[in-house]
Amino acid sequence: MNISPEEILETIEMIEHESLDVRTVTMGISLLDCSHSDVKIVGERVIAKIERLAGKLRETAKGIELDYGIPIVNTRIAITPISLVVAGGHKDDFIYIATCLDEAAKRVGVNFIGGFSSLVQKGFTAQDLALIEAIPEALAKTERVCSSVNIASTRAGINMDAVKKMGQVIKKAAELTADKGGLACAKLVVFANAVDDNPFMAGAFHGVGEPECVVNVGVSGPGVVRAAVKEAKGKDLGEVAEIIKKVGFKITRMGELVGREISRRLNVEFGILDVSLAPTPAEGDSVAEILEAMGLERVGAPGTTAALALLNDAMKKGGAFASSYVGGLSGAFIPVSEDQGMIRAAREGVLSIEKLEAMTAVCSVGLDMIAIPGDTSAETISAIIADEAAIGVINNKTTAVRIIPVPGKKVGDMVYFGGLLGEAPIIPVSKLSSKEFIDRGGRIPAPIQGMKN
Amino acid sequence: MSDSRVVVTVIGPDRVGIVADVAGLLSKQNVNILDINQKVMGGNIFAMTMLTDITTAVIDFGNLKKLLEEKGKELGLKIHAQHEDIFKYMHRI
Repeated sequence: MNISPEEILETIEMIEHESLDVRTVTMGISLLDCSHSDVKIVGERVIAKIERLAGKLRETAKGIELDYGIPIVNTRIAITPISLVVAGGHKDDFIYIATCLDEAAKRVGVNFIGGFSSLVQKGFTAQDLALIEAIPEALAKTERVCSSVNIASTRAGINMDAVKKMGQVIKKAAELTADKGGLACAKLVVFANAVDDNPFMAGAFHGVGEPECVVNVGVSGPGVVRAAVKEAKGKDLGEVAEIIKKVGFKITRMGELVGREISRRLNVEFGILDVSLAPTPAEGDSVAEILEAMGLERVGAPGTTAALALLNDAMKKGGAFASSYVGGLSGAFIPVSEDQGMIRAAREGVLSIEKLEAMTAVCSVGLDMIAIPGDTSAETISAIIADEAAIGVINNKTTAVRIIPVPGKKVGDMVYFGGLLGEAPIIPVSKLSSKEFIDRGGRIPAPIQGMKN
Repeated sequence: MSDSRVVVTVIGPDRVGIVADVAGLLSKQNVNILDINQKVMGGNIFAMTMLTDITTAVIDFGNLKKLLEEKGKELGLKIHAQHEDIFKYMHRI
């Protein structure tokens, strides 16, 4: 056999003890041909198309899991931003379509469907406005629908009218799901520079340049990287980067195999592999603990941003070498409520939202799954979104905000979402007012970095 | 994908007869063993990897996997069966 026993045992160790898995197989489906002036007909077409294309997705993923012994944790669907599909400009039409998407997701057995979305970086259509208005109710009424709104890009600048609206939408979504800790906000992402082929939720959608149907795969494995970094005790950071790169390579190769195989079995094009270290609430499956293994007392300590930059870059390099089609977000995620190490640091009061913001300048996404006091104003949330968008726009990267103003909770309280969404302590946000700034609205022009031609 | 080549891995506390037990099960299902590597690590941890060909097996892969897992439980060991490609992809370019 040309594979050594040590290599075989290494793979098994990664899967058995270090939580290596394929986090998601996400099928992207274009719904552009489902458009019609009658929303009932749109709903029927959407359900029929999703059932036809994704009917075997889950079963096929299970088959691959059996053959290779690698867990495939989630199967999901990403659809065309729905504001491009529903022709009418009424909020109720969008709420109705959200229930149809929920139904379709249940029928094919996927746990999330993403793409209740709108791209408004430069301005709104009538459909965009109706969709944004529908988001809080749509998310409160459905279980599996995820929503995202792209409010900024390096090419277009920042749509500050949309930023203002999204602060209000987040507040309302939290209030409508107050009995569940504001859970609707966990299914809502506000993006700058959103990508068309991200397989991870809640921000996945099927971009307009994408094919009719595609499968994208998200691989993860913070536990594997953590174990490797722990073993490298005493080595310098250049060596640590090299070790992470090698692990990133191996993780990506495994995802590549799964992606190609699922594409072959379903006879659907293989899109991209997203190599993102996505933590889960499981013990040891933590991005924060990788940073701590590099020698930080706690995540949030000075040095955290540098450590995260090293990690994110090394993962990308390992991934890029292992597969020609690395895409999506690829890097490291830092969702606070889903990461034991982040939760611990936030509880101890050593991980602030300002430090998290700095971290988002060097990792693959943004302020993610952060619980803040329920009485935080819509304007303050908008201002947080604007800051995050500015980091993305100026640095030519994706940033996002998924923040939960938990109704009735104050700093120090805990909120429990359950499952993969985890739990989070409420962390403080600045009490200073940003109201006048947000009320100005308008569009912050595209930066000079956007003029590349 | 080479559908027929399956890697069987056995890990657990060492004792007499593990190789015979696992090989016996495979032989009963008419699974051909192509290669075996076995050693005892850290004093008492038995680790064995086998490359097998299931072309002639009288049982499908899913059920073979189940039988091996049950055997593992009976012997107090972890037995995995995975298609060879996962290892090839991860460790070879």
